[in-house]
Amino acid sequence: MALNKRRFDALIIGAGGAGLNAAIQLADTDSRVAVVSKVFPTRSHTVAAQGGVNAALANVLPDNWHWHMFDTVKGSDYLGDQDAIEFMCREAIPTVYELEHNGVPFSRLDNGKIYQRAFGGQSQDFGGAQAARTCAAADRTGHAILHALYQQNVRARTHFFDEYFATDLIRDDEGAILGALILEIETGEPLLIEAKATVLATGGCGQVYRTTSNAHINTGDGTAMALRAGIPLMDMEFFQFHPTGIAGKGMLITEGVRGEGGYLVNKDGERFMERYAPNAKDLASRDVVSRAIVTEVKEGRGVGPNADHVLLKVDHLGEEIVSKRLPGIRESGKIFAGVDAVREPLPVFPTAHYVMGGIPTDPYGRVLVPQGTGEEVVPGLYAAGECACVSVHGANRLGGNSLLDILVFGRAAGLDVIENLRENKNHRPMNETSVEAAMARLTRWDQKGEGISVSELRDEFRKTMEDHAGVFRTEEIMNEGVEKLKALRDRLPEVRLSDHSKVFNTARVEALELENLFDTGISIAYSALMRKESRGAHSRPDYPGRDDANWMKHSLYYRKDDRMDYKPVRTKPLSVETFPPKERVY
Amino acid sequence: MKFLVSRYNPESDADPYMQEFDVDVTRGMMLRDALLDIKRQDESFAFRHSCGEGVCGSDGVNVNGTNKLACVTPISELKEPIEVRPFPGRPIIRDLVVDMTQFYQQYKAVKPWLVRNDPMPEQEILQSPEERDKLDGLYECILCGCCSTSCPSFWWNPEKFHGPQALLTAWRFLADSRDQASDERLDSLEGPYKLFRCHTIMNCVEACPKGLNPTKAIGHIKNLMLKNAV
Repeated sequence: MALNKRRFDALIIGAGGAGLNAAIQLADTDSRVAVVSKVFPTRSHTVAAQGGVNAALANVLPDNWHWHMFDTVKGSDYLGDQDAIEFMCREAIPTVYELEHNGVPFSRLDNGKIYQRAFGGQSQDFGGAQAARTCAAADRTGHAILHALYQQNVRARTHFFDEYFATDLIRDDEGAILGALILEIETGEPLLIEAKATVLATGGCGQVYRTTSNAHINTGDGTAMALRAGIPLMDMEFFQFHPTGIAGKGMLITEGVRGEGGYLVNKDGERFMERYAPNAKDLASRDVVSRAIVTEVKEGRGVGPNADHVLLKVDHLGEEIVSKRLPGIRESGKIFAGVDAVREPLPVFPTAHYVMGGIPTDPYGRVLVPQGTGEEVVPGLYAAGECACVSVHGANRLGGNSLLDILVFGRAAGLDVIENLRENKNHRPMNETSVEAAMARLTRWDQKGEGISVSELRDEFRKTMEDHAGVFRTEEIMNEGVEKLKALRDRLPEVRLSDHSKVFNTARVEALELENLFDTGISIAYSALMRKESRGAHSRPDYPGRDDANWMKHSLYYRKDDRMDYKPVRTKPLSVETFPPKERVY
Repeated sequence: MKFLVSRYNPESDADPYMQEFDVDVTRGMMLRDALLDIKRQDESFAFRHSCGEGVCGSDGVNVNGTNKLACVTPISELKEPIEVRPFPGRPIIRDLVVDMTQFYQQYKAVKPWLVRNDPMPEQEILQSPEERDKLDGLYECILCGCCSTSCPSFWWNPEKFHGPQALLTAWRFLADSRDQASDERLDSLEGPYKLFRCHTIMNCVEACPKGLNPTKAIGHIKNLMLKNAV
């Protein structure tokens, strides 16, 4: 049977904050745009973001984008690119106003302006007093933003392909991207979408770890598609463990809890963050707080029958503040921990949360690959949001900068696609070899007979990632991990589906996602093994210091032969002076 | 613990049927965890789910006769045998997966976006905390569909009656001090079906996993219509 084909000017893969904010830019042009999402758009994981989005609006305390930029550079442990960071912090302000105009129901101050709360790692005046920079809609900011963006796309009649799963990019011999092969989940039929520009906005990959705040759908689909198309992934060793997941379960408890005055205690009731970060205490950067919690537990000061977590105290804030500012957290605490935060502390432990690394792009969302001594743009390909690496987060992302990243760079990518389409009026010729390769990967799952199940290999893989690429990483642990992961990868061809039906076959989707988890997870483990220093979220007890002389550079991991390459950090901002590397203390 | 789960694969089954599964229930287990365990036992079992924490709205199902979100429904609150079925009144695609097209069409029909006719200010449109408070209990909707698919009026007239979800959304924009399309919104709700098929049966209120109250929102819309008519 002939493969179904559709042609669009632009194809956006993923309908979270980045994809939808790219789509809305294009919606008011004449271009034909397809947005493909494996779930109905408002199910995308942006919906789960709680605390808020950073912008130096100065609604509560004095602020400006330059201070925001300093905090982001410092938070990145000096691995973030300072031109991209300046771009993001400046764009933050109009971006948040645009969101508000699009209907986001932000919480409000008495003067009618947007409410802003304190978040970790944020200061006034280049490292001074705590800032209030995080614009919030109670503790449901991501939900409020995602729904408003979807609503605006409904208004603009954006063409959605809901419950269509993108499996592979299609490229020609010069490396230009021609579109993607898509699986319609309801019918099981493949569909080839040709596009002059393709935007990867597929989100994160937290499912590579066993305990994660990430949703079932966060399987690194875009990062794996890029790897298979020969594109390297950048800085994948930098994976953020959020300090406060519900212990043993992983659901997120927003940093906003500490922003509103909550704090952590160990089994002795000691407010232990005072020892690790004397100034910022509980609002130190996330990597710092996560390491402190793991250290407390390792040294026997954990709470509970297994002494395996710490407590987050909220009850002193009073019912009014909790109900008004943190209603969702109170609900989650009751449901998942059986604890009413107004009365008792919440049991918490770090949970795999966010990948700082991703597909290398410039600030316009264009995907970059090394070429000669420099870099060149991959024709026809963009990436934005968590799957991309601009890089604004470097080695550690600040809370409230993730919603900001997806919105600013989703928008920038959408605007650049408009420019691109003005210059590129025609589709490039289709490359049948690339289509056949993508089809072969899909039909491979039609193989019948005995084999390993998807869930068995997935469980082993996620456990191995958790044990060998977690918060603290030594050479020995990681070497063993990489060997185990390679052995698991060798067993992938033995995996078989028992269900070969076509209609809404979620087993087939999970098999394809498993391949994406492998490609993306192994890039994390390899990049981590190779980086012999401690920086931001990448913490090596055998190399405890940051080594700027040898390691102030971005990693690039290629799937072919698991090869590593490196490129320099862009330390020169757009208009201001460089922030030179300093010791990072909170 | 004994589970009875509705199965249907259009490629091989003439009609849906119930299949029994045994699940080892542990403390704190949610219905979604049990469904995941069943999927481990039989990978051909299909249901939608994602965030696991009640915000994405994917895993609405009918359990022991009531619509619930599986990921926030503790097993301990359910009576054995636990019977899990797809949402009532919707065409079944496979197992627990239903076709929600009409539900989404009704949502889109109420123009679920903020309308401003005035030029936008350079900064935010101002809104007092009291004005913003009016959106609490409305904006939190996660489009799971538990309410509309438990509503008899929606079962009978899904193409004409907006249903509780869409009407909650209609009120969410009518109640927003920033929105400037109140007259058009109210006009478009006129007629015997779109709004007025609500007979205040209140299944929607019981079904909502976020504790929202669509019946109350519908009452507010009716009051505003009356007020404007006088």
